[in-house]
Amino acid sequence: MKRRFRVDRYLVQRLGFALITLAAVLTFVPIIGVFGYIIAKGAPAISWEFLSAMPSDGMRAGGILPAIVGTFYLTLGTAVFSVPLGIAAAIYLAEYAKENWVTRLIRIAIINLAGIPSVVYGLFGLGVFVLFLKFGTSILSASLTLSIMTLPVIISAAEEALRAVPQSFRTVSISLGGTRWQTIRKIVLPQALPGIITGVILGLERAAGETAPILFTGAAFFLPRLPGSPLDATMALPYHLFVISTQIPEMPIQIQYGTALVLIIFVLGMNLIATFIRSRARAKRQW
Amino acid sequence: MDKSLNWRETIITAVVKTCGYSAVVFVILIFFFLLREGLPALVEVKLGDLLTTRWYPIENHFGILPLLTGSLVVTAGAMLIAIPFGIGTAVFLSEIAPRWMREVLKPLVELLGGLPSVVLGFLGILLLSPFLRVFLDLPTGLTALAGALLLGGIAIPTTVSIAEDALDSVPQSYREGALAMGATKWQTIWRVTLPAARSGVLTALMLGIGRTIGETMAVMMVTGNAPVMAIKLTSIFSPVRTMTATIAAEMGEVANGSTHYHVLFLIGLVLFLISLAVNITASSVIFKSRKRAERVLS
Repeated sequence: MKRRFRVDRYLVQRLGFALITLAAVLTFVPIIGVFGYIIAKGAPAISWEFLSAMPSDGMRAGGILPAIVGTFYLTLGTAVFSVPLGIAAAIYLAEYAKENWVTRLIRIAIINLAGIPSVVYGLFGLGVFVLFLKFGTSILSASLTLSIMTLPVIISAAEEALRAVPQSFRTVSISLGGTRWQTIRKIVLPQALPGIITGVILGLERAAGETAPILFTGAAFFLPRLPGSPLDATMALPYHLFVISTQIPEMPIQIQYGTALVLIIFVLGMNLIATFIRSRARAKRQW
Repeated sequence: MDKSLNWRETIITAVVKTCGYSAVVFVILIFFFLLREGLPALVEVKLGDLLTTRWYPIENHFGILPLLTGSLVVTAGAMLIAIPFGIGTAVFLSEIAPRWMREVLKPLVELLGGLPSVVLGFLGILLLSPFLRVFLDLPTGLTALAGALLLGGIAIPTTVSIAEDALDSVPQSYREGALAMGATKWQTIWRVTLPAARSGVLTALMLGIGRTIGETMAVMMVTGNAPVMAIKLTSIFSPVRTMTATIAAEMGEVANGSTHYHVLFLIGLVLFLISLAVNITASSVIFKSRKRAERVLS
């Protein structure tokens, strides 16, 4: 082996490890800092009144109830459309589809759907649901827009969960005279359910935290009352945080941090539930 | 088998199959609507006028070059952060950190991935940009640099998660072989493990770029939103405006069907095509390993 000069390779190793470790430290310290800081600054703002009252004094005082309720409605609305469609699509891919070019096309479409910028979903929702189908700026339009955005996450997580069910379960069911659908509904789905629920929650978590797709499809700057029907516009936590941190002068800082903390608890709470379901299902799994 | 059961099977199969095709239908629908609302802009504004450097819609100046360069500068800056830190962290988690540390830290990165971008933008306004203004002695902290730093943070969870999976799926025997030949741990990482995981690491970077270019809220909140050309090296220290931020900031105020409205859809179409290109390139690598493709999306 030719070498121009000899460097102690253990010195190189130590340098390399030091650099890599430094990169990791510089990545993790800000992450912990971000969460710690918001919790520390936001916690004093949170009170029963903050969570349960309407905003007052041009949103500079009072609570954020309509934003919390709005995000809850939007998440629920998104679930209504994306969960059945996503699970059915996953069943098709895992149980029915053959490996041919059509299936390949579907997979490419799913990956692309996952990559489309959220603001482009907002444009699409505006063009189709708000204007073309005339649903107006409403919970319905926003939920439909968010459902399409959530779909790829739900499909791929549910498909993975379905595929993880051992083939022998299906073989036994079929050999006992079960039809294909009976096998899926009575054997495969119940086994895959924890995995599917985890995927659904992770998808909805993303929908709950998004601002850009609801910007022109359903979000309201301020509403003096709670939305009464799916055709009403609504306030939402992420959009509310955007509004009070950029659009309103002399906004009390404490309300801003409080709103950020409530949003994080809402979103990461869903994440924790999903993680909990997943780890419990793994521990209980017999196969 | 009785007949009603047979019928039910046929209907259910048809329903499930239709749902299975839905993803393809939606991609086509999105493309169609962007074309329908965006293409009229090419009739109303001459192509030559679109490719100018002045974005001032009130006086019918629709030059999209400042927005393109704004997006490029912020994305390039974000990648300069995400590449070393993302890959470094992935290598640390997969090759250096003890098992318990990895079990704690990897979910932490993924937690950052779940943080709504509006929260990052909020912190960017309150903490990052005042810090940059004082630290670098700038007239304003709302600059391309602030956007790049936040976007780096947004790209890192995607990059780390996928790159770590790729490193993790390199067979243990590769490492053992290198170590047995007398290579140090570092030589093994640098010359064996990383090259073996190359395609997965590249995919991780591609998808990180994809997230970065499409990111809207955080960028809109911290980049200062000035549609000026960002072509000088010092542009990183001045305010810029990205394509995504322009759509988000202006769409709420335009009249439906106006030229401005059509141009904003045209910008959306450009973003759609960029994300299509990035994802098809990345997925051509992913298809070599199905399992990885599934993790990308979950």
